[in-house]
Amino acid sequence: MKFVSEYRDQKAAEQLATAIRQKVTRPWTIMEICGGQTHTIVKSGLEDLLPKQITLVHGPGCPVCVTPIELIDKAVAIAKRPEAIFCSFGDMLRVPGSTKSLFDVKAEGADVRIVYSPLDALKLAKQNPEKQVVFFAVGFETTAPANAMAAWQADHDGIENFSLLVSHVLVPPAMEALLSSSNCVVQGFLAAGHVCTIMGFEEYFPIAQKYKVPIVVTGFEPLDLLEGIHMTVGQLEEGRHDVENQYARAVRREGNRPAQERIAEVFEITPRQWRGLGEIPASGFQLRGRFRKYDANLRFPFEGEPARESPECISGLILQGIKKPHECPAFAVKCTPENPLGAPMVSSEGACAAYYHYGRRQNVQPELSGPARR
Amino acid sequence: MCLAVPGKVVEIMDAGDIAFRRAKVDFGGIRKEINLAYTPEAEVGKYVLVHVGFAISVIDEDEAQRVFEYLKQMGGLEEELGEVRQ
Repeated sequence: MKFVSEYRDQKAAEQLATAIRQKVTRPWTIMEICGGQTHTIVKSGLEDLLPKQITLVHGPGCPVCVTPIELIDKAVAIAKRPEAIFCSFGDMLRVPGSTKSLFDVKAEGADVRIVYSPLDALKLAKQNPEKQVVFFAVGFETTAPANAMAAWQADHDGIENFSLLVSHVLVPPAMEALLSSSNCVVQGFLAAGHVCTIMGFEEYFPIAQKYKVPIVVTGFEPLDLLEGIHMTVGQLEEGRHDVENQYARAVRREGNRPAQERIAEVFEITPRQWRGLGEIPASGFQLRGRFRKYDANLRFPFEGEPARESPECISGLILQGIKKPHECPAFAVKCTPENPLGAPMVSSEGACAAYYHYGRRQNVQPELSGPARR
Repeated sequence: MCLAVPGKVVEIMDAGDIAFRRAKVDFGGIRKEINLAYTPEAEVGKYVLVHVGFAISVIDEDEAQRVFEYLKQMGGLEEELGEVRQ
C-alpha cells in the first residue's frame, strides 16, 4: 500500500539505524507517547536495531488503558439496560471493570456492538428509534473530531435516542504531568503524529522550553520512528530542545483547522481521571452547551459499587514509563490477553499486549518461554 | 486507537452541507465511504489519511519523499567515503 509499505523497508531502516549509531555518544532515554508507536517498535524489533545507549520507554498514549475503571463500570451498567444498544470500538470490550467487562455482559445477552466509526452508532440510532443507542466516546485528540461530528449530526438531524459516554483525554497535559513528576526519566519525546495531525504542534513549544526537552512529532511506521529517534538524538547530542516535525507528510504546524473548530463547538476542556495516573487538570473533553443533552453520564444516572482495581496490576508505573511490562510479576503468568488484570494487556495499543504478542518477554523471562538464549 | 490509514480518493459525493461531504476511498483494493468534512481540500486522485471513518489530512506527497532523499544522500555519501577509503 502506498505511503505504508515503503516506510517498512528493511534496508532503509538499517541505514537510519546506522545514522543513529553515528550520532550517539552517551545514554539517552526517549519516550514514544502513542501506543500505536509502541506496537510498531516492539513488533518490528526496532530496539534491537538501536545502539544500546538508547532506551525507549513507552508512554501513556493508549486511550483504552487510561479510561478510568469507574467509567468501564458505568459502561457495563448502561449496556445491561434492556433499552440500550451499547456501541464501542472493539478494543474496549475486554477491558476489565471492577467485576465485569463489556464482553462479559455481551456474553450474558446485553446488546453490545463493535462499530468502526461513531457515525455507524448514529446510523443505528436512526434505524432503531425505540432503542437508546450509546457510543463509548474514548480517545485522544485524533478521535475527537469524529465524536464531535457524531454529536453535531445528531443535533442537526434531531436524533434524540443517541448519546455519548465521553472519556476524551488530551496529550500535552499528560506530558506535563509526566515531566513534573519527581521520578521522570524521560529526556526526549516522540510526540504522537496523528494527535498533531488534528491539533498541530504549537502547544508543544512552551513544554519543550519549560522542561528543556526535545519533542519530535513522529509517525507510526518503522522508518518514521527511526527518523524521529534520529532527530531526537541529534537534538540531545547538540544540547537543543526544539519542537521538530518528522511526520510532515501528514502534520502541519497549525493542525487541521476545520476539525479544531468542530471540536471547540461541541466540547469543552475538563479535568480527567487517568487510569493508573490519577486526576490531571484540564486534560480532557466533555460535551458543552446544547450538546450536553447527548451526555450519557447525565442521561443514565449511575449509583454503582465503588470501583476496585486489581491490586496486582502495575499499569500506573507502566504508563509513566517507570517500569516495563516484563518487570511486572503478573506479566504472562497471571495476566494475559485472554485474562487481563489491567487494560494495557488488552488494547491493541497497550504496552503489555505488545510485549506479550511480539515475544519481547522471551528475552527476559527465558524460564517461561523455553531454553535461555546463549 | 489513533490508528489512521492512507487511502486514495476515487469519487467525491457532495451532500450540500460540508459536514456530510463524503468520498469513496480505496485502501489497496478495499473501498469505503469516508467523511470529508475535515479535508475540504481533498480531490479525486489524492491520498487522504483516514481515522474512524473521517479523512483527517491530505498526504503531502513531496514531504512523503523527504526521508528517502535523505537516505539517498546518505547512501551516496557512504559510497563516496568507501571509494576514498579504497
